[in-house]
Amino acid sequence: MSVESIETSETAPLSVPNPINAKRRDLALRIAVPFLVIGLLIVIWEFYVVLSGVPPYILPGPGAVAAAFINDWGTLAPALWVTTQITLISLVLALIGGVGFAIFLVQSRWIEIAFYPLAVILQVTPIVAISPLILIYAPSTQVALLICAFLVAFFPILSNMVQGLKSVDHNLINLFELYGASRWQTLIYLKIPAAQPYFMTGLRIGGGLALIAAVVAEFAAGSAGAGSGLAFRLLESQYRMNIPRLFAALFMLSMLGVAIFAITSFISWLSLHRWHESSLKREN
Amino acid sequence: MSLAETKAAPSKETRKRPLVVMQSVSKVFSSGTIALSGMSLTVESGEFISLLGPSGCGKSTALRIIAGLGDATSGKIDWPSSRINSQGLPEGDIGFVFQEPTLMPWKTVFGNVYLPLKLRGVSKAQARDRITEVLATVGLQDFADAYPRELSGGMKMRVSIARALVTNPKLLLMDEPFAALDEITRQKLNDDVLRLWKATGITVIFVTHSVFESAYLSNRIVVMKARPGRVHADFPLTTSLERDSHYRTSEEYRRACETASRSLIEAIGGTEEH
Repeated sequence: MSVESIETSETAPLSVPNPINAKRRDLALRIAVPFLVIGLLIVIWEFYVVLSGVPPYILPGPGAVAAAFINDWGTLAPALWVTTQITLISLVLALIGGVGFAIFLVQSRWIEIAFYPLAVILQVTPIVAISPLILIYAPSTQVALLICAFLVAFFPILSNMVQGLKSVDHNLINLFELYGASRWQTLIYLKIPAAQPYFMTGLRIGGGLALIAAVVAEFAAGSAGAGSGLAFRLLESQYRMNIPRLFAALFMLSMLGVAIFAITSFISWLSLHRWHESSLKREN
Repeated sequence: MSLAETKAAPSKETRKRPLVVMQSVSKVFSSGTIALSGMSLTVESGEFISLLGPSGCGKSTALRIIAGLGDATSGKIDWPSSRINSQGLPEGDIGFVFQEPTLMPWKTVFGNVYLPLKLRGVSKAQARDRITEVLATVGLQDFADAYPRELSGGMKMRVSIARALVTNPKLLLMDEPFAALDEITRQKLNDDVLRLWKATGITVIFVTHSVFESAYLSNRIVVMKARPGRVHADFPLTTSLERDSHYRTSEEYRRACETASRSLIEAIGGTEEH
């Protein structure tokens, strides 16, 4: 037994790689591998298009899509900007509304009983079904799109926040009571910080949904004009059989989604990484 | 060691008033359970009282009522020697240590200990010296910037104790504080609490279900009985010995354990011993 342990302690340092180098290599691989996979898929795509002879109005190759991306930038970029604006503004409104309404709901059991079902009904009703109504009532299409995206992003933020505000350690609440904390102090110093992980979940879900809703609502609105977003450009490209442009618009939407995901994940990491379990690396 | 103790020993007041007086306090939960039935207890300044009893005997409930967490259904609680605030509680006179460390995970050790002062409107700059001091008394002066998740269970409990002490309370209420810790850590923390008690002259009410813990720590044991919760026995525990590792193996300690144990068995109401 003792002999064995001596042996392992002697051999162990030899097999342990330099931790910093190992970490760097790990990071490099984590970035490289997904890109490799994507690159490989693009190559396969190109080969398929060349070998099968599919006409570009059905399936363009990656080269044609890239060309469309550059040539149609003048048309697509403003559309991207419109969609980005709608998504972000609706997300910010949903954050303010969701958090504010959540704080209002948890003030009393009766407030929650009275208002929560309303929020649920609003949520479970498919947004596409309400959008014609919203289009009628809203002063402009942009506002209608904003309302649709807001309604969709609002609920996950609200429900997560309500859950978070209610999941505070009871003894911590007792502690605040013991020290004579006011309702306001308990909210600011205890309930809101304790709800952070839940809020972050709501933010990430809400961010993704806001983009989806902005696109779906624009499909439903189907309006043309100078202020059109990417969804309209998608439909337009389809009508005109301009499939490379359709792909380019699709690619832009994906990138927008990725950017929103990255930003919300980063915000979540910033606020939680020092203390919350979800940001901890397992050491074993 | 002994010099420091004689120096810091609480001075005997000439006119001694009790710190807390509970007068036939009862507590009935909304479910109809009678948690406490006519409990009376007079706590003198500087005492170390253990509330010992089986689960469901209302010892935690009694502690919470003293702390003002939940009102008594009947009876009353007096604080003869304290200034009373608008909520009927003594001003800044209570520190509470829960069974769990009950720390805010998003705050550092410093931030957690600062909380009671922050809620009173003390600025961080004003509080800094006091926090440093109280962290030193629990041996955590080097961990002010650590987050709770970086600490061991025993260290978290120390933070909780530091937070309870930061306001310089007259009364420290501890609700089975070390029940979840391992035996070695628990003994160490018991010694720390004893040291604090001797050094500061603070009054402690310590809820426990451990006969050994109560016999080791307290100079008065209040044994409680369940269904409904009430006081079964109340006896002092004096010793000429220093309470340290030698005391743990002394004849006096053994006898104290025996007395407490017998009383607890009576309170449980059985002849469960064989």
